[in-house]
Amino acid sequence: MSAVGTAGTAGLGAGPGPAPVRHGRRLRVPFLLAVVGTAYLAVFFVIPLVSGLIVSLMSGNPDDGYTFTWNWGIYGSLFIDPQVPYLTFLGRSLWYGAAATVVTIIVGYPVAYFIAFRVSPRWKNPLLMLVFVSFLVSFVIRTDMWAFVLASQGPVVTALQAIGLAGKDFHILGTGGAVIFGDAYNDLAFMVLPIYAALERIDPRLGEAANDLYAGKVRAFWHTTLPLSRSGIFAGVLLVFIDSVGDPVNSALLGGTNTYTIGQAIQDAYSGNQQYNVAAALSTVLMVVLGIILFIYARVSGTDDLEDLV
Amino acid sequence: MTAVAPPRATAPAAPATGTAARRPGRHGVNRRGPWLAIVYWVTIAITLVPIVYMIVYSFNDAPTNRLSFAWNGFTTYWYANLVNVSGLGQAFVTSVVIAFLAAIISVAIGLPLALALERYRFPGRGAVNAVVFADIAAPSIVVGSASLSFFLSVGLGTGFLTILLTHVAFDVAYVVVVLRARIAGTSRALEEAAGDLGATPLQAFRLVTLPLLAPGMLAAGLLALAMSIDDYVITSFVAGPSVTFPLFVYGAAKAGMPPQVLCFGTLVFAVGLLVALLNGALNRRLARTRG
Repeated sequence: MSAVGTAGTAGLGAGPGPAPVRHGRRLRVPFLLAVVGTAYLAVFFVIPLVSGLIVSLMSGNPDDGYTFTWNWGIYGSLFIDPQVPYLTFLGRSLWYGAAATVVTIIVGYPVAYFIAFRVSPRWKNPLLMLVFVSFLVSFVIRTDMWAFVLASQGPVVTALQAIGLAGKDFHILGTGGAVIFGDAYNDLAFMVLPIYAALERIDPRLGEAANDLYAGKVRAFWHTTLPLSRSGIFAGVLLVFIDSVGDPVNSALLGGTNTYTIGQAIQDAYSGNQQYNVAAALSTVLMVVLGIILFIYARVSGTDDLEDLV
Repeated sequence: MTAVAPPRATAPAAPATGTAARRPGRHGVNRRGPWLAIVYWVTIAITLVPIVYMIVYSFNDAPTNRLSFAWNGFTTYWYANLVNVSGLGQAFVTSVVIAFLAAIISVAIGLPLALALERYRFPGRGAVNAVVFADIAAPSIVVGSASLSFFLSVGLGTGFLTILLTHVAFDVAYVVVVLRARIAGTSRALEEAAGDLGATPLQAFRLVTLPLLAPGMLAAGLLALAMSIDDYVITSFVAGPSVTFPLFVYGAAKAGMPPQVLCFGTLVFAVGLLVALLNGALNRRLARTRG
């Protein structure tokens, strides 16, 4: 891009003119451009994350208020001597998130592949838009309509029972499966889009070259297309996994008493019981655990340039 | 590029060798097997299931003002009595106002930031990039609870203002990502030409850069609007006494959904679909006039 720009200026014969001005402005201009946005993100995103950590180290109770006391003990008391099994909630959330991520890869990859390689260019955008069309309906309404559809008196269960595939006690709503389905449903597009973007960048002639070199369909896919789309899968996993693990809505609306997640625990500790320090500690733990998992995943999958994904 | 081309040119001769005859329609890679098409269309059909139910049951002549499974015939009663549910209309207005404000503010803040990140190298650029990325990737539940911690510690009462502030905070990141992509696709040659013709940098920005980026700003603004109007998790922490549409729906979902919620959903869906179709038609037309 910059090469094109310079060439253009040189071509117009004005190269020496503006160049020194730009040089002098090199630092002032970007700083002026970036300062408001950076300050905003610092105050309303970065500082809150830090203040979450500070609140977690406070002690007190909802009635008398909280004071800062370096109360590191809260982390131990939450997980080592738990009156409430937070560790179970966390483990369950990680399992739901992982399962939902796998489902979105299994469903989303063929969907992205279809749009990228099997339709004419003029249909690509409409078909991609169709993946996002459900986003036009509020996320909470969609989730609650699934609760409606999957309920025991609802169409899916009654139909399964009518054709004898399900027994009288069979139910979907209230199970972990329903929560995983809901998570995967809500996040599918976040898997399809980055995979599609990665597939679009692949030169189709590489597949032909693989065929020319006697690779079968499966081997050509396995050795050329799949590795080249790995950055897309990585971005998708990041978005879907993080969102599903923390999500409190699907487990609340589609789950039951045995599907209580860490997201719900954080929400209830904050707004229900006003245990601010507990809620802040739980969300700090959640963030650290997610950070560690994704760091390991990044190392294993060999993607280290996160900026590429943005 | 050119290195790959020659083998391709010789490809037509290949069928004679017999190895390629095994797969005669090689250039027809694009048309093999219906399975991918089936997966695609079944997936789309499943994503539409809750929407179809929402639309159908918004017309159900239910005996009570709670959603029920029985189909009691067609009615437009719920549409005629759209704001008859206490709090629903107000919640919807609150959501729309916040979404528009958040979209406008985040584009105003995000455009200069996107220009700085895409066009300049400066100290701290990597850190800002990382913060933008973290803003998108961070779990909503953590952002929501952290924002509430922050507002509690600085003594800012939660309500309309805190919702707006947090919505701008997550919208900005999406705006920056969308606008950076657009800026990367825009050549600087035109601005430099404007400079050569005597425009000051500000004039060049206002008369050349801004119009060039207008479609991108619209796209970024619409995304920000959509993210804001649909947010439940973060808002649930910082809303205080204010009620947005998703908060109302969530409360209703736990207590029993009034059919008017489905009417609102259906109307928003219809308007959104219309905007998307118009946008698609407009883009196709632009592409044709340019091509």
